[in-house]
Amino acid sequence: MPEVTAAPELTALDLESLTADLVAQAMKAGASDAEAVAREGDEFSVTVRMGQVETLTESGSRALGLRVFLGKRSASSSTSDLTADGIRQLVAGAMALAKVTAEDSCAGLPEKDEFGVVESDLHLYYDDVYSLPGAERIEWARRAEAAALASDPRIANSDGGSFNAATGRKVLANSRGFAGGYRTSYAGVSVAPLAVDADGRMQRDGWWSSARCFAHLESPEAVGAEAARRALRRLGARRVPTQQAPIVFAPEVARSLIGSVFEAASGDSIWRSASFLAGRLGEQIGAAHLTIVDDNTMLLPTGAGGFGTSPFDGEGLPSRRTVVVENGILRNYLLNTYTARKLGLKSTHNASRGLAGTPGIGCGNLYLEPGSLNPDQIIAAIPAGFYVTSLMGFGTNIVTGDYSRGATGLWIEDGQLTHAVEEVTIAGNLAEMLRSVTAIGNDLVFRGAVASPTLRVDGMTIAGA
Amino acid sequence: MTTPAESPQPSHKRYFFEKFGITERLLERCLGEALSAGGDYADLYFESVTATSLGVDEQIVKSASQGTSAGCGIRVLSGERTGYAYTDNLSPERLLHAARTAALIASGPAKQPVQGFMETPGADLYPVPLGGFDLDLAARLELILRADRAARAFDPRIVQVRAGYSEELRRILIAASDGAFASDTQPLCRLNVFVIAKEDALSTKGSAGGGGRAGLEQFTGSKSPESLAREAARGAILQLGAVPAPAGEMQVVLGPGWPGILLHEAVGHGLEADFNRKKTSAFSGLIGQPVASPKVTVVDNGTMAGRRGSLNVDDEGTATQETVLIEGGVLKGYLSDKLSARLMGMPNTGSGRRESYQSIPMPRMTNTYMLAGEDEPEDILRSVKRGLYAVNFGGGQVDITNGKFVFSASEAYLIEDGKITAPVRDATLIGNGPEALKYVSMVGYDLKLDEGIGTCGKDGQSVPVGVGMPTIKLDKMTVGGTGR
Repeated sequence: MPEVTAAPELTALDLESLTADLVAQAMKAGASDAEAVAREGDEFSVTVRMGQVETLTESGSRALGLRVFLGKRSASSSTSDLTADGIRQLVAGAMALAKVTAEDSCAGLPEKDEFGVVESDLHLYYDDVYSLPGAERIEWARRAEAAALASDPRIANSDGGSFNAATGRKVLANSRGFAGGYRTSYAGVSVAPLAVDADGRMQRDGWWSSARCFAHLESPEAVGAEAARRALRRLGARRVPTQQAPIVFAPEVARSLIGSVFEAASGDSIWRSASFLAGRLGEQIGAAHLTIVDDNTMLLPTGAGGFGTSPFDGEGLPSRRTVVVENGILRNYLLNTYTARKLGLKSTHNASRGLAGTPGIGCGNLYLEPGSLNPDQIIAAIPAGFYVTSLMGFGTNIVTGDYSRGATGLWIEDGQLTHAVEEVTIAGNLAEMLRSVTAIGNDLVFRGAVASPTLRVDGMTIAGA
Repeated sequence: MTTPAESPQPSHKRYFFEKFGITERLLERCLGEALSAGGDYADLYFESVTATSLGVDEQIVKSASQGTSAGCGIRVLSGERTGYAYTDNLSPERLLHAARTAALIASGPAKQPVQGFMETPGADLYPVPLGGFDLDLAARLELILRADRAARAFDPRIVQVRAGYSEELRRILIAASDGAFASDTQPLCRLNVFVIAKEDALSTKGSAGGGGRAGLEQFTGSKSPESLAREAARGAILQLGAVPAPAGEMQVVLGPGWPGILLHEAVGHGLEADFNRKKTSAFSGLIGQPVASPKVTVVDNGTMAGRRGSLNVDDEGTATQETVLIEGGVLKGYLSDKLSARLMGMPNTGSGRRESYQSIPMPRMTNTYMLAGEDEPEDILRSVKRGLYAVNFGGGQVDITNGKFVFSASEAYLIEDGKITAPVRDATLIGNGPEALKYVSMVGYDLKLDEGIGTCGKDGQSVPVGVGMPTIKLDKMTVGGTGR
């Protein structure tokens, strides 16, 4: 048997030509419209546990996706086989599938005049993410963990420290003349230490720093110290009695509430009446000081593009800033081309695109505008309440707004944080929770694409002992 | 469709040998390269996946997609260290390059891998013709169109129906420096129905699904498109009249089948060997200790024919097995892969699984369930003065370090004076893994496995799993509603 595969290795992969060629082949095969995506990426990650390297991964991959239209019918296909034969099968597969689908009056690519890219430099790629020599990358992971372990004798075990770097490239082309692409980079350092109390009870928490540019990462020592502080403050956690009390969501959990608002305001939930926000456009849906923005063009204070920044969306429409909620009023649904047509509106350029399947709806940099109080002031105003630092489970029902999740955090008494709390749930209804936001912090920091300052919500139920 | 028809054959390895030009000599060269810096062990994991999905929405076939991917992951173990590299280009040069990259985890003189391979005897758990599905698209479309019609016919308040069918055929080939050699062709399919019900200003949702490692003939009985559609529609209509769920500690009765997700979260993850080897699990060091009521016996079983969580061999080439986790309330064992078994001096339970060739294997569950007891399910309900009866759930999650777990009820009822009364709105249940099952006071004889819908996530890797349970009563558990 021969030891050489039929496919020669592609060198200096030209994703632009590959996608243009794929679109051309699909049109030649009879498609009335076609859209091709190409993805290329490589990653490096190292985990160090208790001072020793645990895993080291280094690799790259690439893939192609195709969406074809036969008038109002459509289908898609994807492959990791970039040989001529693989591409032929990609086209044939999508065309065969399109023939079994039905005509959908809203299907189709955006109109020609809608396409575009943000022309200014969005600073999405920095070549320094791989600048550290291999040994130094391991050292970063080790330093983060060592800092956590050194900070307190009760930090006695660890799930490890890690350092990651990745770069990627996305290219999109279609038969209506759009062609665009961009590169992105990422670096991150994280650690998950365990704190153990005198009775042997364990608590784990973690912290991280991530950035598009290696030089923008926080030091491993800072990340390790913060992770240790978070694990230590969970020690001695106990349950509290079932009651209603003000809830203060720390930024790292408040952001999940903002994410739920996005999901509820996204076109796919709206046109199906599958959202508690369906039909509420222009209405007061939240407290008067609540403003939520999705900005896909934002630069961070460091000058780098935000984690959700991109020059164009998954359909080739230029990225933009969309106000979702303004002073409590629902201003915009988040739409791609399909859901916009369903609702008789225009796309908000929020199409997200995987390799296969129809475009979904995704956020860019989604955030709640900060208020004027610092977190201490918010806590100081509460006689008895619950400061929530982590949430568990999937108990968010976007259709009814019902919200019920496991929560961990610290009990607030007389305006001060006291003992740790665990094994309780917090519950309410998102529609009521948005109206019951009674304080917004000034501590908005983007540690990821979705961010929120500290939030106080009243009227929720804590279920516990 | 790109799934080639194959003639029946005892081994699946020929697929990679013929399609990608892999040879035994190449496998040996790659393993040699992987151990060139002195690792203790190396393995190669070849994977080729073909997936198809079809969707009906607004009564028409609206979406259809297919995807193929192939690649190889190369792992080198050196003590507790793992080096890993993967490639989606299966040419000899790229494979050897990936092997050299993974090799760098070790530092020492080259080791000689075993010459020649010993093939793992394969079970035959998937009742599908060898070579995979026949890919008759019309038959698949008919399933989802039938589901759509049945859901709409259930009640005029059902305003939106989406039905989806997806299937994949995953071929794997594993060769290791210890001589292990295995190959498998793993089918997996699934039928899902999602509905929205609307009455006045209130909308609610319902969903149901089923599937497994079997062909289209499995979609009959409780997994027929009509049964699944009615189940989804019934759930949504029920929610239209639901009252707020209660809040606080109370007696909880869990229905049979999918509520077995309790076991997956409360004990299953905590018993995965990697967490216990690192002593990061709340169950660390508890083998031989009581962790549940004497009525509780829990097993993980990867050898059940046609089930979603089953596998002929795990992703390290080890035959799967039935593993007793808890017997009569006492913790018996952990779920292990090769690495943890070697480092802990414990048996390998064939639990090494991975999401794809891009991922490092780790101990995972397969089908996890509680054995049947002797109680009459009706008696269990009758014994509760005030409590919650939960029969369907969304997802769950666990913090394995402190043992706290949650799972979210999507269909539940109040129990008042031994009778099921009002349906309640969605609520999360929370408990402590090493404690929760000590409160199991009754176990029904009605063991049921789920319909084949579970996907488990761990460290960012998703794998299909199954769960099962009879009706059980927990004397106390915290229910996270908003009501009294």
